[in-house]
Amino acid sequence: MKAIVTVIGKDRVGIIAKVSGVLAENRVNIMDISQTILQDYFAMIMLVDLTEMKLSFSDLSEKLVEQGNTIGVQIKIQREEVFKAMHQI
Amino acid sequence: MIDTSEIIETIRMIESENLDIRTITMGISLRDCAGPEGGAARKKIYDKITSHAENLVSVGNEIALEFGIPIVNKRISVTPIAIVAESSHEEDYAPFARTLDEAARAVGVNFIGGFSSLVHKGYTRGDRILIASIPEALAATERVCSSVNVATTKTGINMDAVRHMGEVIRETAQLTKDRDSVGCARLVVFANAVEDNPFMAGAFHGLGEPECSINVGISGPGVVLSALKKLKGASFDEVAETVKRTAFKITRLGQLVAHEVSRRLGVPFGIVDLSLAPTPAVGDSVAQIIEEMGLESCGIPGTTAAVALLNDAVKKGGVMASSHVGGLSGAFIPVSEDQGMMDAVQRGSLSLEKLEAMTSVCSVGLDMIAVPGDTPAETISAIIADEAAIGVVNNKTTAVRIIPVIGKKVGDIAEFGGLLGKAPIMAVSGFSSRTFIQRGGRIPAPINSLRN
Repeated sequence: MKAIVTVIGKDRVGIIAKVSGVLAENRVNIMDISQTILQDYFAMIMLVDLTEMKLSFSDLSEKLVEQGNTIGVQIKIQREEVFKAMHQI
Repeated sequence: MIDTSEIIETIRMIESENLDIRTITMGISLRDCAGPEGGAARKKIYDKITSHAENLVSVGNEIALEFGIPIVNKRISVTPIAIVAESSHEEDYAPFARTLDEAARAVGVNFIGGFSSLVHKGYTRGDRILIASIPEALAATERVCSSVNVATTKTGINMDAVRHMGEVIRETAQLTKDRDSVGCARLVVFANAVEDNPFMAGAFHGLGEPECSINVGISGPGVVLSALKKLKGASFDEVAETVKRTAFKITRLGQLVAHEVSRRLGVPFGIVDLSLAPTPAVGDSVAQIIEEMGLESCGIPGTTAAVALLNDAVKKGGVMASSHVGGLSGAFIPVSEDQGMMDAVQRGSLSLEKLEAMTSVCSVGLDMIAVPGDTPAETISAIIADEAAIGVVNNKTTAVRIIPVIGKKVGDIAEFGGLLGKAPIMAVSGFSSRTFIQRGGRIPAPINSLRN
């Protein structure tokens, strides 16, 4: 099962490292990363693979949100289908 | 890899443009709960609802989390209770309403629709009792919604029922007058009611429906508004095209969620309702979309054309996005649930008469309209008759959800609280429709109903 992780917030050192840390700890494989600047904000999008993950989706989501609060960014994880459904005929 | 800009667009729609799933509604057939003994019937009703809908709320919350989309309401609709309760020997169906209320509370849904009756051709014994029980049923419960269908294109308009409903609405207003007549906010009178509407207060589980089904209502006025803001000065062709494309994306989300809810609950997917349903939240207003098209205030000349464009574009975009479209599917214009509408009423640009015109080109009807507490029953009936005529002649659903707020007059605000919001009292003509309504009988079906 694939999901999209989005990280939005003011840029600072260590965002990518800290977020990938949480994912690696929980056996979530990062398949692709993209980064863009949205106004003054840093926005990172990761396509991740949840197949090997042992945690429940909601637990992973909670950990990411917590990590986000620690770093000072907003982290959201959503199943990939949402984006496919909306933007592909 | 999915396009970054598409992902950002989706996130923005959800986080700042109020994109959400307005409701997932489980329709449950109570046909097999009917029986000669009221108490036994009510027990069957309670058990059936609580077992079918046991996981509705938790599954809704799970899916909301996984997809990152708020699923704002989880609701239930049931077989019109007049049909279910009729076999019982009881003379009052308010206890059935209480049972529905208790079941709704037990499973955690905020509204349960279906305390309803279909009387477009005439009354049965059960219909008569149900309708007489409506005021008490609504006064005694918090979550029960009621509806009565008084007309169809095929049968014409039952003017006896129309006259009766004006009285029932007044009585309901009286019984709940300590709460700004809020009971009337859970009562809808329909023409051409549909069997699979997921929205309250008019939802019921029609007779052609299966044992159980999932119907989804989406919401995206904020998203449409945002898209239109980028089109200042553009022609109507471009406006229509943009609304269409936006409606496609919004509806696709509804379709995705509907399928997932259906799969996890093991309940068949019914339909996605394409209606653009507003909320009082800032930016989530249909009136603002109309104003964004270039009108100084909603309700002025140009408004009906604007709503027609909006409604049509929403349908065209939505229909491609979903395998089964149904319910009401069109623009909603509920006054108390749309801050832009409320502002337009208070500014003086939006009148009851203009709202009536708008209902001829959009789906819903006169919805959440607060009127002075001294509005006579016959005037309310006449308003219903007008809406029914629009629906019947144009082969569409129309409805009236009108609240005569006892003790308040034009210029006052009625506060319904919670999900029902608040509404400015609107002016109603002071001339009398009494003699007209007192005629009774049936207005025959229009010639265009003869399609065979």
